[in-house]
Amino acid sequence: MAEDIKTKIKSYQTAPFDSRFPSRNQTRNCRQNHLDFHRWEKAMTAKGGDVSVCEWYQRVYKSLCPISRVSTWDNHWAEGTFPGKI
Amino acid sequence: MAYPMQLGFQDATSPIMEELLHFHDHTLMIVFLISSLVLYIISLMLTTKLTHTSTMDAQEIETIWTILPAIILILIALPSLRILYMMDEINNPSLTVKTMGHQWYWSYEYTDYEDLNFDSYMIPTSELKPGELRLLEVDNRVVLPMEMTIRMLISSEDVLHSWAVPSLGLKTDAIPGRLNQTTLMSTRPGLYYGQ
Repeated sequence: MAEDIKTKIKSYQTAPFDSRFPSRNQTRNCRQNHLDFHRWEKAMTAKGGDVSVCEWYQRVYKSLCPISRVSTWDNHWAEGTFPGKI
Repeated sequence: MAYPMQLGFQDATSPIMEELLHFHDHTLMIVFLISSLVLYIISLMLTTKLTHTSTMDAQEIETIWTILPAIILILIALPSLRILYMMDEINNPSLTVKTMGHQWYWSYEYTDYEDLNFDSYMIPTSELKPGELRLLEVDNRVVLPMEMTIRMLISSEDVLHSWAVPSLGLKTDAIPGRLNQTTLMSTRPGLYYGQ
């Protein structure tokens, strides 16, 4: 399972089609992947697992989210004021 | 690109735009047929000395001119809906490019692998070289691979903008706080202009 994820991450081209967000507005897609990445990271660190498998979500949200939005969220994380349930 | 005295659309660069061109020709032909029919009938009505003094009912012609427009409208609607659904087909893109609108320039971000972003300002009219197009040339152009499905995510950093490339049949609004997605597939290499 971890090997599949690693091969998927290695052959990453761009964010694939997500059937949860099929229409034109992709704002939720971007935010959802960002939340999923931080949830994975938190869960993996708590369990002591390999955090590198969370990289898939990181690549997807980096592909989808504007750089300015990502840096605003990173500032929120640094200050501990990110508005989202993890 | 646009040229002086242009009457129709620019040449199509993507399959969707080709379909739109054919649909436009089909619908415009129907419109011309109807207009010329109506003009002809008006000219007939105005240039006759015959009168009909006892018109009571006209069931047959009323049936014809109710059913015929319904058929014509269906003939227009079916290709239109076909193209509409074709534009929304699921396709796995190979590249994602984000474009953010600012006052008054576009910035482009290619973040699939490394972070690459640049601003694209319009070249002012006073600095154009001979042969360049007024109000359309920019300093940094967006470079895209051809014959690959590309996902464009369009948004804005300040006010509402709109990102359009006519030869690809694209126009999408750039709304602050919202990411609008559109897919693009160019069938031939070239330089395409938009706003």
